[in-house]
Amino acid sequence: MMIAKKISQIQTLIIDGKEVGGRSDETILQVARENDIFIPTLCHLDGLSEYGGCRLCIVHVKGLPRLVPSCTTLVREGMEVTTNSEDIIEYRKGILSLLFAERNHVCSVCVSNGHCELQWLALKLGITHVEFPYIYPKMPVDATHDRFIADHNRCVLCGRCVRVCHEVEGAHTKDVMGRGITSRVITDLMNNWGESNTCTGCGKCVHVCPTGALSEKGKSVAEMEKRRQFLPYLKRMRERS
Amino acid sequence: MTYEELLEIAKIENEKKAQYVHTINVCVAAGCMSCGSQELLDAFRREIEKRGIENWCKAKGVGCLGLCTAGPLIAIEPDGIIYKAVKPSDVHDVIDALGGEPVKRILCPSDMSFFTKQQKIVLENFGKIDPERIDEYIASGGYQSLYLALREMSPSMVIDQIVKSGLRGRGGGGYPTGLKWTTVMKASGSQKYVICNADEGDPGAFMDRSVLESDPHRVLEGMAIAGYAVGADKAFIYVRAEYPLAIKRLRKAIAQAEHLGVLGRGIFNTPFNFDIKLRLGAGAFVCGEETALISSIEGNRGTPRPRPPYPAEYGLWGCPTLINNVETFANVPAILRNGSQWYSSFGTEKSKGTKVFALAGRIKNTGLIEVAMGTTLREIVFDIGGGIPDGSKFKAVQTGGPSGGCITEAFLDQPVDYESLAKLGSIMGSGGMIVMDDTSCMVDVAKFFVEFCMTESCGKCVPCRDGSAQMHYLLDKISRGHGNTNDLHSLEKLCELVKNTSLCGLGMTMPNPVISTMHYFRDEYLAHIHDKTCPAGVCNIKGGRK
Amino acid sequence: MEKIKFATIWLDGCSGCHMSLLDIDERLLEVFSKVELVYGPLVDFKEFPRGVDVTFVEGAISSNEDEEKILEIRNKTKILVSFGDCAVTSNIPGMRNYCKIKDIMQRAYIENADIKDKTPNIGIPHLMPQSRPIHEFVTVDVFLPGCPPPADVIYYTISELVEGRIPDLTGRTRFGQ
Ligand SMILES: Cc1cc2nc3c(=O)[nH]c(=O)nc-3n(C[C@H](O)[C@H](O)[C@H](O)COP(=O)(O)O)c2cc1C
Ligand code: SF4
Ligand code: SF4
Ligand code: SF4
Ligand code: FES
Repeated sequence: MMIAKKISQIQTLIIDGKEVGGRSDETILQVARENDIFIPTLCHLDGLSEYGGCRLCIVHVKGLPRLVPSCTTLVREGMEVTTNSEDIIEYRKGILSLLFAERNHVCSVCVSNGHCELQWLALKLGITHVEFPYIYPKMPVDATHDRFIADHNRCVLCGRCVRVCHEVEGAHTKDVMGRGITSRVITDLMNNWGESNTCTGCGKCVHVCPTGALSEKGKSVAEMEKRRQFLPYLKRMRERS
Repeated sequence: MTYEELLEIAKIENEKKAQYVHTINVCVAAGCMSCGSQELLDAFRREIEKRGIENWCKAKGVGCLGLCTAGPLIAIEPDGIIYKAVKPSDVHDVIDALGGEPVKRILCPSDMSFFTKQQKIVLENFGKIDPERIDEYIASGGYQSLYLALREMSPSMVIDQIVKSGLRGRGGGGYPTGLKWTTVMKASGSQKYVICNADEGDPGAFMDRSVLESDPHRVLEGMAIAGYAVGADKAFIYVRAEYPLAIKRLRKAIAQAEHLGVLGRGIFNTPFNFDIKLRLGAGAFVCGEETALISSIEGNRGTPRPRPPYPAEYGLWGCPTLINNVETFANVPAILRNGSQWYSSFGTEKSKGTKVFALAGRIKNTGLIEVAMGTTLREIVFDIGGGIPDGSKFKAVQTGGPSGGCITEAFLDQPVDYESLAKLGSIMGSGGMIVMDDTSCMVDVAKFFVEFCMTESCGKCVPCRDGSAQMHYLLDKISRGHGNTNDLHSLEKLCELVKNTSLCGLGMTMPNPVISTMHYFRDEYLAHIHDKTCPAGVCNIKGGRK
Repeated sequence: MEKIKFATIWLDGCSGCHMSLLDIDERLLEVFSKVELVYGPLVDFKEFPRGVDVTFVEGAISSNEDEEKILEIRNKTKILVSFGDCAVTSNIPGMRNYCKIKDIMQRAYIENADIKDKTPNIGIPHLMPQSRPIHEFVTVDVFLPGCPPPADVIYYTISELVEGRIPDLTGRTRFGQ
């Protein structure tokens, strides 16, 4: 979602006790990253609109009654932000664990093993096991496309593929259907990907996907490395024109 | 339309009314309709015609009389007699008794607390006017507030009245309405919108539905006043498609109002235009959340987005948008007509005015009620509601829809207002009130509400989407007698997680029924876990005592 | 110093984690100077002894027999280590979990059989409807994910346990490593 551009001003704020500066049109996440302060994210991706769905980037802002997602909260003068209190860390672990229990993540046989953001986050946050009972749902795999595969067993519903397809490629081939835990990413109005006549075959969705849910055909276990350099580049070129 | 014309319509209508010695008001809201009130109305009309008494007696359809449990209801005006559970076979006797002794067998004592303890503002025309005729609304003072606002007040004067009245949003959050209007008025943008939230998806709630079915013009008038105040000329009513009667009456009401020139272009010969359109929701609970609702009107999937920016600054198609609940708008004409001071004389310090509740569950008088804020739960349940039927024992009352908490006997003397309910771990919500007696198992109740939220979660954010499924799993496990004390601990942790990290109100409040039942009825959870029994005998525990 | 009593077992796993344990190579000598291997596929003892200090359990719980074993091991062990992805997440064995047992048997023993297309039914433990991780049955003290966990991490884990410390594995190994 675009918010009308206002003239940005420099704001000073405190993140984890460190005094930092940012523009008024920047989010807490952006300013934190510029200052090498780590905040985990999953649905956020530089170059796409913010989604606010994964909730991993939650931070505490002094004076606010609730935790806020740092990817959608703009910085304000005098803000005091805590990114890593004990309860925030616990919540993040809980959220990641919920994701692992939701679908069938069998990393050892996954095309993205070793290159997966979900897996990496688990490592980084120190998740050695998942306390929630695994749900083991039966999820489809769509291999009808010539070059790509959609394996819903690995999808975390981050919505990145949907956004890149709509916002960057302009095709809006991907969307989400269903409610709650039964929601899933669909192609067109729940077509087979291979039969889509809106998909341009650009592969952007594959490369923004943080997990092994979208991959290129012919890749074996651990072979699917994603390339997303194109995104910030495209965004900058668009903003310039 | 001029003021004189408006008064003329009211005068003619009142004269017509005075011509009848008796008017038989038959409730034609959804509740009574479903037990045959339309046939009843037809029967009265036929009988009146047959007897040739049309010139002094009239039967007409009116909005909800409140005591839905005893429908079909009729009221005899001006005698003030109310009959309940009236059948077409009673028509004869009722007409015979006009002006004399009422028919005992179907008489509903109109001095019962159900009627006397209520305070009607939003529902003032209920049971009195025919919702399908704008003339009757006008005769009861309708559209005069709009005239007053347009011709004699500036937008900021209108807002000032709303601020001073202390009105707070009736859609659940209780956000000060005046403040919201001010924000929208001050927001920059040449196009602004007004949206009326009539999505009402809580199971067991029918407040907004009744208002729309029984007095639709009131909402239209409130919206037009709001539009004038904030500077919007276009409006939408987002109403769920499962309310066909409300939709039909709204359509009719809008057409009539446009025809008379109280909606549309150049209202009351001022430059103010106001155009209201309906949008039908497909029945997703989450589409009642304002950002999801806006997304749905825009033609997208109904999922919430993070706020800020709030709709007041960035709403429908990116324009400043005022979004209020049906009941909130329905209060507005009365506030302008009687003044903010009058309005704020009802209620408590921080919650002014009245609130409509839909009483349901194990209670004698199920139905629609309106009480002044600050009325105690005990008065609502035992006086107005008439207590628990069949001599059962009161156990808990759940306020605020699927995400409200359960309140026990010990707290029944608490006044009903936003703050007190929040303190008890529940919420005002939109006004659903479900009474439970000792035949309800609280584990089962918690499971029911979590299941509702689980299937209604939009699936966008992880804690709500997955947390609800895991909560449901644990509750189900406990209710089947397979739980252990660890599960209680996990459940508590999950509740915290979902409550504190979810994106929208659905997720944030979903744990309420679980938290409150675990707090007040822990022994019931423990009975399922340790003794493998369900004290209320609801849950099916294999091998356990029943 | 007295040696700690060390046991290993594999339930529904592929033995890969045990192979990785052997991959700690010459450091095995050092490890075995501090631990006494009292049970496991690497030694020949029939009974799981009492009073074991540390047990490494490889594999998920997939059959009634696995469940009985894990309950017994838990009873007789001080520190139970969930060893490898199959034990921690049920991993590969869990991939059958959304299917019916009947269909799995059909596929494995009938459709894919060249000779003797018959499902075995004598003397083998009963499959449970789903393969599940160990910690859904018993309390686990240390989780050591990885498919298999790297030898270095295994060595680190044992060294810490020998010293009486619970190892902190944050950032050292991950699912699917
Ligand atoms: C899950 C969810 C469902 C909601 N459903 C409704 C509803 O059915 N009707 C309503 O008026 N408000 C509903 N709301 C509240 C709206 O988001 C919004 O706050 C309200 O319409 C504002 O109007 P008010 O200020 O007049 O209360 C809901 C909120 C949430 C989080
Ligand atoms: S998508 Fe990532 S977390 Fe899921 S199985 Fe593949 S590598 Fe593992
Ligand atoms: S397919 Fe990939 S990018 Fe799309 S929602 Fe799933 S995990 Fe995200
Ligand atoms: S809290 Fe639930 S309903 Fe609200 S955005 Fe998150 S998933 Fe959707
Ligand atoms: S990165 Fe902020 S909510 Fe997902």
